[in-house]
Amino acid sequence: MRKQLGLYIHFPFCVQKCHYCDFLSFPYSKNTAKAYLDCLYKEIQSTASLYSEFDVATTFIGGGTPSIMALNDLQRLMEAVKGSFNIKNTDEITLEANPGTLSMAKLEEARKSGINRLSIGLQSCDDAELQLLGRIHTYEQFCEQFEYARAAGFDNINIDVMSALPRQTLSDYEATLDGILDLEPEHISAYSLIIEEGTPFFDKYGDRLGKDMPSEACERQMYHLTHRKLSGNGYNRYEISNYAKPGFKCGHNIGYWKRRDYLGLGLGAHSMVDNIRFSVPVKLDEYLDFWKRPKRALDLDTIYYQDVDRLTVPTQIEEYMFLGFRLTEGIVREEFYQTFGVPLDDVYGEVISKHIRQNLIVESKNKQRLFLSSRGIDISNYVLADYILDRQKK
Amino acid sequence: MKIDQSKIRNFCIIAHIDHGKSTLADRIIEKTGLLTSREMQAQVLDNMELERERGITIKAQSVRIIYKDKNGEEYIFNLIDTPGHVDFNYEVSRSLAACDGAILVVDAAQGIEAQTLANVYLALDHDLDIMPVINKIDLPSAQPERVVSEIEDVIGIEAHDAPLISAKNGINIEAVLEQIIVKIPAPKGDPMAPLKALIFDAVYDSYKGVIVFFRVMEGKITKGTPVRMMATGAEFTTVEVGYFGAGQFIPDEELSAGMVGYMTASIKNLKDTLIGDTITNALEPCSEPLPGYKKVNPMVYCGMYPADGAKYPDLREALEKLKLNDASLQFEPETSVALGFGFRCGFLGLLHLEIIQERLEREYNLDLVTTAPSVIYKVHKTNGEEISLTNPSNLLDPSEIDYMEEPIVSAEIMVTTEFIGPIMELCQERRGVYLGMEYMEETRAMLRYELPLNEIIYDFFDALKSRSRGYASFDYEMKGYQRSELCRLDILVNREEVDALSFIVFSGSAYERGRKMCEKLKEEIPRQLFEIPIQAAIGSKIIARETVKALRKDVLAKCYGGDISRKRKLLEKQKEGKKRMRQVGNVEIPQKAFMSVLKLDDK
Repeated sequence: MRKQLGLYIHFPFCVQKCHYCDFLSFPYSKNTAKAYLDCLYKEIQSTASLYSEFDVATTFIGGGTPSIMALNDLQRLMEAVKGSFNIKNTDEITLEANPGTLSMAKLEEARKSGINRLSIGLQSCDDAELQLLGRIHTYEQFCEQFEYARAAGFDNINIDVMSALPRQTLSDYEATLDGILDLEPEHISAYSLIIEEGTPFFDKYGDRLGKDMPSEACERQMYHLTHRKLSGNGYNRYEISNYAKPGFKCGHNIGYWKRRDYLGLGLGAHSMVDNIRFSVPVKLDEYLDFWKRPKRALDLDTIYYQDVDRLTVPTQIEEYMFLGFRLTEGIVREEFYQTFGVPLDDVYGEVISKHIRQNLIVESKNKQRLFLSSRGIDISNYVLADYILDRQKK
Repeated sequence: MKIDQSKIRNFCIIAHIDHGKSTLADRIIEKTGLLTSREMQAQVLDNMELERERGITIKAQSVRIIYKDKNGEEYIFNLIDTPGHVDFNYEVSRSLAACDGAILVVDAAQGIEAQTLANVYLALDHDLDIMPVINKIDLPSAQPERVVSEIEDVIGIEAHDAPLISAKNGINIEAVLEQIIVKIPAPKGDPMAPLKALIFDAVYDSYKGVIVFFRVMEGKITKGTPVRMMATGAEFTTVEVGYFGAGQFIPDEELSAGMVGYMTASIKNLKDTLIGDTITNALEPCSEPLPGYKKVNPMVYCGMYPADGAKYPDLREALEKLKLNDASLQFEPETSVALGFGFRCGFLGLLHLEIIQERLEREYNLDLVTTAPSVIYKVHKTNGEEISLTNPSNLLDPSEIDYMEEPIVSAEIMVTTEFIGPIMELCQERRGVYLGMEYMEETRAMLRYELPLNEIIYDFFDALKSRSRGYASFDYEMKGYQRSELCRLDILVNREEVDALSFIVFSGSAYERGRKMCEKLKEEIPRQLFEIPIQAAIGSKIIARETVKALRKDVLAKCYGGDISRKRKLLEKQKEGKKRMRQVGNVEIPQKAFMSVLKLDDK
């Protein structure tokens, strides 16, 4: 079998930045976006030759808001990707979308270009909450675009929802969940709001004691409500924050958790190939400068990439654990042994038995599989930190 | 080279902290051409990294400088730099005893401070001639005339001709050098009399053994001189004598009365060369030693434990090495239920404690858990016995105790008048007994208090600074012991007593302290899998309680576009945090929680 690769393509522009967002994005303008895309095509073409022995298994076009792209830009991007990498139309190809940037025509063309999965950010079904978050759409607009997407032939759609919003009550949140369930998407990503430093929300609610934020108890109720309601409606939780109907897990994201190779293209995009992690620099002007110059050979030693990290075996093992445990299927002892040639319990025996004793980790009946308990999921950071290995001081 | 005694000047520089003592020393060295300014690393005399960083002098240092005056006459200056902190008062006093005069540096903007006075009194006690210098005259807020009259009024020494200088910018250093010749007397002492030399410091060198710093009062010492340390009785044959170059030892043929220098004699143990002891010729001893020698005893004790129990032998080795250069450091093994194997260490004071702790962590790469410092209490048993208590855990059952005594200091606090109220309030809270107040000038006063030492070793200095916006200065000296109502406050975490958190407290403050301690620990102990009660108790009586709620939720949901670096960082930070915790029963307690008692004043 040929080697498999996940492909991530970053489009770092938004109509407006959401008030809670700390991802890499810039205000959209036609000209900058065009300049950026010109460079991105070049990057795709000159990078692809390095990965000719790979088949692309999944593709994810994320952002920013890639759905802002003009129709022909999106088509051109898809053509560039398909023309450069080994990729089939039957593979999972996702476009991240903001309902405020979609239209029937765009959805139809996107589907025709080969995109077969949509990940739409809704966050809430309450217009007041949407406004508070700095979203550029209403619930009604979302519903309309969702209908169009179905009509355009998208039969695999994810909806993002967020809990623990300022002043949100449990019943507010339940109404949002109901609104989403009515639409019957194939996949739901449910996150609780995290107030990140450097966002407008941080200045407003950052001290966490802010009276506007839901209490910890309430936040926890929302969290459990999500699980109860979605499970009861035929969605399986397969990852801490992700739910899918049977057959509709997001293959691309599972690749991250299972440490499959993936390549990131575009500003700030992250990659891991053959146990080397690296990323594209995050400064837009430098990115544009680099690709405006005549084409050049690209490899890991090119100054172009930053944070090139050849992962040591202990680091790989740590990642395997703290990423793998995010999946509800957890870690399989035999797979660990196949991957690293060491029995899992030789490395983590003590930690694992402690966590089993504390009911944070559950062991399957045949003792092969280990996964986080519901309590373990609640406090996963606390649990997973124990899988960071002791190192000598550098 | 024969040196004429009348051409020698032995002096030190004294000052309140930050008034520019070390900077002036540097300028003098630079001006006399011992080092070019290119060779000068800022503050030559403060050798230790820690000394430079904190801007304090920990070990006494010394340097010989040749100065050619304006008439072309050559003089030898021996500058002896002294530690500037009350913890090291004894070392200071020995260094002063090696001098004939002192340069008093006073900040032209701040004027006289508590340590200025303390140092001046110390110098006067040793009959030193004092030569005032007004520093930092180039500051916009400098008021040299005001400071001159303050020196004359408060200290009672003439200051109208004091050089007005800026050590930092090298202004008027020449005047200082010229005045040294006039104002600091030349040494006296008969070079033909039996050897009598004062040890003012000693350092350990792994090749030469102990290097002893001394001032020859009478007689002379050469290579081969058989010497005896009069207090310890240890005898050695001198291997090398010499004087202090800049940062190096320069061998010489002999040192005679009035001279300052060093000797080596393959001395293995610093214990044999105590600061303040007298060196004499073993074959032709002087009739009696120089006055003033005393054994220094630690005033403050605390437990030091390796964060990683396996590092216990490393900690022992590190302490032994530090002790080679610091005779006042004491330690003996102890065991704590909560912290495992460690050492009870004795220090001259809190600064000394902090310095040792920092040196262990930096120079020996050790991760330490330090328990709250304790003073030495005297416990009088009902059967008439008296015990010195350095570890609160060892306090006897109350039924066996007749009464207890605690150490008392007399303190001088210099403060601008607007803060007199808050400072008096602070002293009152700390069980201070008001002795009096003197006005230095219209806007500044000196408060005198008697305070229990255990009230100032915790956070008194910080509280003083915060309640006077940094303006108060403070100095103290041991006064003696006093009977007091004391009890031991125990802390229970998850209903288990944590011995390392126990401390002795004045009975009248027990409730307040217990409550604050529980509140503080609640902040310090992170939430864990279950609810954790934190209780303060005297004997079996619970006097305060707080609860650390169970950990409910701790999830980082987002992991976007395959960027796992943030997630890894977060987990590594958590893991690092967990590593810095001690398992006590089922509960993980962060190392710094063991010092919580130090931070109870939150005004």
